[in-house]
Amino acid sequence: MSKQELILPPMGALGFVRYTWRQLTSMKTALILLFLLAIASVPGSIFPQRGNNPLRVNEWIADSPVSGPIFDALGFFDVYSSPWFAAVYLLLFISLIGCVLPRTKVHWRAMFAPPPPAPRNLLRLPESMSFEASASADEVLARGRKYLSDKRWRLLVAENSVAAEKGYLRETGNLLFHFSLILILVAIALGGLLGWKGNVIVRTGQGFSNTLTQYDAWGGGRFTGASRLSPFSFTLDKFNVEFERSEAQRGAPKLFEADVTYRRVPGADAENVRIEVNTPLEIDGAKVFLVGHGYAPHFVVRDAGGEITFDDNVVFLPQDGNFTSTGVVKIPDSDPQLGFQGIFVPTAASNNLRGPISIFPGPDDPAVFMSAWRGDMGLDSGAPQSVYRLDTAAMEQIGIVALRQGQTWTLPDGSGSIAFTGFERWASFQIAFDPGKEIALLGAVLAITGLLLTLFIRRRRVWITATTNTEGVTVVNLAGLARIESADLPGELQLLCSVVSDLPDTASARSTDEMREQK
Amino acid sequence: MSATQLAAASNAAVYASMVTLTFAMVSFAISFASGRRRVAVVAPVPHQMNSSGSTAVLTRSAGGTPTNDQTGIRSANIGMSLTWLGFVVLLAGVVLRGVWAGRVPWGNMYEFSITSALGILGVFLLISLRRDVRWLGLFIVIPALLTLGLAVTVLYTEAAQLVPALKSYWLIIHVSAAIICAGAFTLAASTAGLALVQSRAERRGKSGLARVPSAEKLRTLTYRVLAFAFPLWTFAVVAGAIWAENAWGRYWGWDPKETWAFITWVIYAAYLHARSTVGWRGDRASWVAIAGWAAFIINYFGVNIFINSLHSYSGV
Ligand code: HEM
Repeated sequence: MSKQELILPPMGALGFVRYTWRQLTSMKTALILLFLLAIASVPGSIFPQRGNNPLRVNEWIADSPVSGPIFDALGFFDVYSSPWFAAVYLLLFISLIGCVLPRTKVHWRAMFAPPPPAPRNLLRLPESMSFEASASADEVLARGRKYLSDKRWRLLVAENSVAAEKGYLRETGNLLFHFSLILILVAIALGGLLGWKGNVIVRTGQGFSNTLTQYDAWGGGRFTGASRLSPFSFTLDKFNVEFERSEAQRGAPKLFEADVTYRRVPGADAENVRIEVNTPLEIDGAKVFLVGHGYAPHFVVRDAGGEITFDDNVVFLPQDGNFTSTGVVKIPDSDPQLGFQGIFVPTAASNNLRGPISIFPGPDDPAVFMSAWRGDMGLDSGAPQSVYRLDTAAMEQIGIVALRQGQTWTLPDGSGSIAFTGFERWASFQIAFDPGKEIALLGAVLAITGLLLTLFIRRRRVWITATTNTEGVTVVNLAGLARIESADLPGELQLLCSVVSDLPDTASARSTDEMREQK
Repeated sequence: MSATQLAAASNAAVYASMVTLTFAMVSFAISFASGRRRVAVVAPVPHQMNSSGSTAVLTRSAGGTPTNDQTGIRSANIGMSLTWLGFVVLLAGVVLRGVWAGRVPWGNMYEFSITSALGILGVFLLISLRRDVRWLGLFIVIPALLTLGLAVTVLYTEAAQLVPALKSYWLIIHVSAAIICAGAFTLAASTAGLALVQSRAERRGKSGLARVPSAEKLRTLTYRVLAFAFPLWTFAVVAGAIWAENAWGRYWGWDPKETWAFITWVIYAAYLHARSTVGWRGDRASWVAIAGWAAFIINYFGVNIFINSLHSYSGV
């Protein structure tokens, strides 16, 4: 199967199709396609990918106005869903199927067929030997038959020869491996079509219920409607977090865990559970993973008359490992509209030269840096606005100030005040449902099983012929054939030699053979 | 022992093993150089079977290093003993590091690196128990020393707790498989490189590197090692995917680290195919084996240091 004949393109459309198909399913094509797959995967590790980090993609494109859009059009920011990447792996899998199906047929036949009879001249084979035995030819062949069938070789017995073959499981394993790859691909497709995945940020004390509108981001499979979401809900009761304080890896997270109360369906009994990074909560096949956390500072905004216009915690998104976080407060109902851009630092740097940057992720010395804006925040345009961004295009800056916890800033234009009164934590969850993942796991297990069979089982054939020559002496020929990688054949032939002849070391040969079998 | 004593002991062991391995390297280099000056004499191997034209029968007996050069053999033997010593001392260093940190010693790049050096030496020594691979010593000790050198100079960090994403028994399964693969891939890259050198010499009708087996035997050894490593690497990747599913809610996300693990896997699959494709089994397959190792190294150092990845947790 690894040998390739030279195939010349025959005439005619059918001939051309057949020629193309042969080429596509040849081993050389498989090899080239594997290399292409490896090369096509590389750009996705160099360019930021939308699926993982949409913000970085936008930054990248904004930073390179010329090459950015070109790379974008070429799919370099969505490599693994780009048409050229799909082309490579689909061709590879078509080639795989075209290769594996005929081999399955051949192998199926081979499993029920006897091994091929002994070639005319055994001694021409690269692995062969010839010797004289004192036993009769029949006796030699009978010994050989018994030995080989005890060792579960498949036999073809002819008048004065025995043909035997072993190691069929190698090809079975190989086919199993290749079929499992198809299974894994199917599982991935299934997950893509029927699964879904959403992200949500929940503040301490707040709740979440599993409906589409509650998600901050949602990626649904093509065939998943919102109606299929199972109706669970949960509340984040408490969020615990600790950071490394020792000099080594200062600021690295040591622990984070979320204590939640959840209900499987509305009205069901509430259950308490702790979600940690490696221990998600599983409800109806959907899994709730803890993926991130951050701070939500609390602000009180008053208008010129001292009336409270805003009094709430605002989710700020962390920008670095020390949780320098940004967020906005919008007061759309004031006239003119009022907005604040803020930077929250859990531990303010003592030297102000470094600007509003946190030096430790824990809340040792929290502060906010607020920049106030007045004007039209563009809500009327109808376009949906991010709650994390303030559109300042039609606004005018009133001032900037740094606030510690408990401090109030009276706006310089007399339009009111803002107070930073405290903070709370939030946790972000990824909720995912992937009906393909068990199948993918099954595929992976089968693939590894198939690999082990194909790489460790040696397929080989041996032949024995025994004839009585004109002087009445029994002449025995032995030969074997195996792939180069399994070059243990000489030893096997030697064992067979001592078994069928009357060599005195037959017993010891048997025992080493048994040791070999046990290994 | 107090924590500081443990730390000092671990570091001392790592340095001591580097010194030992340096001497091992010198011994292997002497053996290698002394072999070059003489022409290896291939002793005819007695052979009782009447086997027609079979050279494969001779593999076991002639697979070693037939030579009459005593100095070369002696220094290779010294090299082997020193490699064993270096391995044991390094093992102590890694274990002490784990005791000091109170967890498996695989929490950051420094720890991965010293354990990988252990993996490289371990796979080599394991093979040396079954066949004579003294000729390979030089090409094993050098990568092990380079890894250790990089670890103690660039990557060194004090022991700290594991970041939450790493607190999982999948860490132990996934990383231990990957570290054994690191050893096997490195060894196979060495033998594949030597096969290229030998086959070049053979094409020109020269005898090639003394003490080093023929290109064909080197290629067979490369295949054997990779046939062992490929399923293990497949397992390591699958274990990583299960862990990722547990930690992040998806088993595959094309994070750079995952991408390069995939690239490594695809290249080694291509290697296995090349071995059974006409026109590819020789030097081309050796090049593919080296390319697979390069992808592994890019994943190991490149992605952790230069590319922003979910896996770049460990403060380098
Ligand atoms: C998804 C891509 C593929 C992967 C990852 C893959 C992987 C493998 C592996 C690991 C082996 C075992 C090598 C060995 O037995 O030494 C193998 C063998 C084989 N593959 Fe593939 N394969 C793929 C696609 C294909 C395709 C498209 C074809 C057909 C053209 C093919 C044909 C074969 C054949 C004939 C063998 C047996 C070679 C032998 O017995 O040594 N494979 N493959």
